[in-house]
Amino acid sequence: MSKFNMSLTKVPMAEQDPKVRARNFSEVALGYSMEEAVEEAKRCLQCKDAPCIKMCPVSVNIPAFVGKIAEEDFDGAYMSIINDNNLPAVCGRVCPQESQCESKCVRGLKGEPVGIGRLERWIADYAREKGLHPHMEVEKNGKKVAVVGSGPAGLSCAGELAKKGYEVTIFEALHKEGGVLTYGIPEFRLPKAIVKSEIDEIKKLGVKIERNVIVGKSITVDELMKEGFEAVFIGSGAGLPKFMRIEGENLKGVYSANEFLTRVNLMKAYEEDKTPVHRGDKVAVVGGGNVAMDAARTALRLGAQKVYIIYRRGEEELPARLEEIHHAKEEGIEFKLLNNPVKLLGDERNWLRGIECIRMELGEADDSGRRRPVEVEGSNFVLEIDTVIMAIGQSPNPLIKQTTEELKTHSWGGLIVEEETMETSKENVYAGGDVVSGAATVILAMGAGKIAAEAIDKKLK
Amino acid sequence: MYEILEKEILNPNIEKMEVKAPYIAKKCRAGQFLMVMVEEDGERIPLTIADYNREKESVTIVYQIVGYTTKLLSRMNKGDYLFAVSGPMGKAVEHSEENKKILGIGGGVGAAPLLPQIKEYHELGIECDVILGARNEEYIILEDDFVKYASNIYFCTDDGSKGHQGFVTEVLKELVEKDNKYGEVIAIGPLPMMKAVVDITKKLDLKTSVSLNPIMIDGTGMCGGCRLTYDGKTKFACVDGPDFDGFKVDFDELMSRADMYKEHEKKHICKLEEGGKNNE
Repeated sequence: MSKFNMSLTKVPMAEQDPKVRARNFSEVALGYSMEEAVEEAKRCLQCKDAPCIKMCPVSVNIPAFVGKIAEEDFDGAYMSIINDNNLPAVCGRVCPQESQCESKCVRGLKGEPVGIGRLERWIADYAREKGLHPHMEVEKNGKKVAVVGSGPAGLSCAGELAKKGYEVTIFEALHKEGGVLTYGIPEFRLPKAIVKSEIDEIKKLGVKIERNVIVGKSITVDELMKEGFEAVFIGSGAGLPKFMRIEGENLKGVYSANEFLTRVNLMKAYEEDKTPVHRGDKVAVVGGGNVAMDAARTALRLGAQKVYIIYRRGEEELPARLEEIHHAKEEGIEFKLLNNPVKLLGDERNWLRGIECIRMELGEADDSGRRRPVEVEGSNFVLEIDTVIMAIGQSPNPLIKQTTEELKTHSWGGLIVEEETMETSKENVYAGGDVVSGAATVILAMGAGKIAAEAIDKKLK
Repeated sequence: MYEILEKEILNPNIEKMEVKAPYIAKKCRAGQFLMVMVEEDGERIPLTIADYNREKESVTIVYQIVGYTTKLLSRMNKGDYLFAVSGPMGKAVEHSEENKKILGIGGGVGAAPLLPQIKEYHELGIECDVILGARNEEYIILEDDFVKYASNIYFCTDDGSKGHQGFVTEVLKELVEKDNKYGEVIAIGPLPMMKAVVDITKKLDLKTSVSLNPIMIDGTGMCGGCRLTYDGKTKFACVDGPDFDGFKVDFDELMSRADMYKEHEKKHICKLEEGGKNNE
């Protein structure tokens, strides 16, 4: 058996057929088999100064875990990755590998990069099935740290601190743990049983999670510190929905993506039917990021006959993960690019009936580096629609800032932190993830949580 | 954790519960509300905190049985546990600097959120009058509590079984149109009632606060489902309210948005009524 697989393409990974999966909530990607994983792992050349590691926000030692899969030392592969990344089953599924690890893979120069994401997913699923647990003999140091939010930033920070011996308690505002992993990302991309299983592993490290506690309302950051927590990490996310502020936005049938996804993912409106969700027939999702893709594909699965994505820039500018855009198109979602809503139209009972849009063209680049969309005068048209989902961004929830005076924020709400330590303007209070950066990715949040954990440990030692 | 410490049936449609909720009991103020879940994977519903006991670490909620979840709630008894109770949500009521008399108007189950506000004003030494309105005598609630805090209570029923026969607005008119001694009106009840009160007080420039309870999911400002148009701008009832200046609220839009899930609710209650008896 040769050591390296020199094939120029990734071993294909099975997926549900688009027509079938557009009507169910089961996971779209079906994962590798053991043989396929080993075959793909052998494509990795074990580069000495591996460029992929530097592109990973949590610095996973990629050649190490991939190498062990290739050698069929699966336990070893799992121990390797879990050391660097507390949520591998999640990251393997939702990371934008094409702009991170895989973008710099040497194999990608001539053909396709190594399927690093697929391998991370495979080894994490394997470990879960086999009941492998990270071996952790940790000496507790008796110091308490509080973490706000049980999303990826909080979970990552808590996990790292627990490994270093701290007594960590996570305070979660909702009745279920996971943050966006639970309420934001749909079941068909990230099964909730997997999220629960990953969180259980973190709890096994000794991390406590208290649900239904809203820091900023049920208890303040100052009060937490009075209770003996020597440091606080804020990972409360970006849960404030943005609306366009156009006419008709308060008509019935208009949702923020947050509300729509929370009803379906967190409250299980697609199967439990206790919390309702308006199941539109003709749905328009405004936006071009992952949240927009999630909302559109969810609307389809709820039974919509027609789903549009309306995005004001073009194909190149779509910020969503490539695989999500690809899957959305396969499932039959129509992309109306270079279009922007002008107003929403309703009937006499105030139900949404249509959306008036205008065509756009791309002008000069703006601050973010993306070309600014400019309206094409007189190109207005109306689409018949009964549901609109606004997925144009989320900003940080201001509840904590409102009750913690010393916290400095940007004008748009993001907490200001020291880049190297993630410490805020309030001593011993750290923050990371979307609450600092604005809506971004799971892995970036995890990276921030890791940096903060290191910094907290350094300070409290 | 969220044990039901006491339960009282006020009338066939309205019940009162005292629930253990340590975090909320420690911090809540009048005007704030909480979210309740009766079962895992059930609905989250907002309920105003009608009273609280900081030593006992408990809060009191009063709810009307109007849909699936409140019906489920009515089947729970003392000693049972609720799945989740979180809060306190919303802004605490801000008290005006002036020492003028307050007129509270509670319509139906709206009397429950009115109570903590009247209690707080009373504790601050400010005199309060209260109008309590309901369809008939049986549906007037919390009278014994209001008696402790209000100087005068005026009753109002549709059928005249207690107090004035007619609407609360008629009593309001009588009290304010001739000789207004009030600095502020607090009106809490069904949307049409609050709108009707504002129609009267706006003409007199008599400051009026209302308490809104649109459909909510999280209660922390995360989804925008509870949005309303206020003074021409969009506000979220869960974080900017639930108490608002009645003059600036677009009641028509709120009433329209409130019926979004009516069809769904109808189907649901039928399912629940088919199996089992109602709570004894």
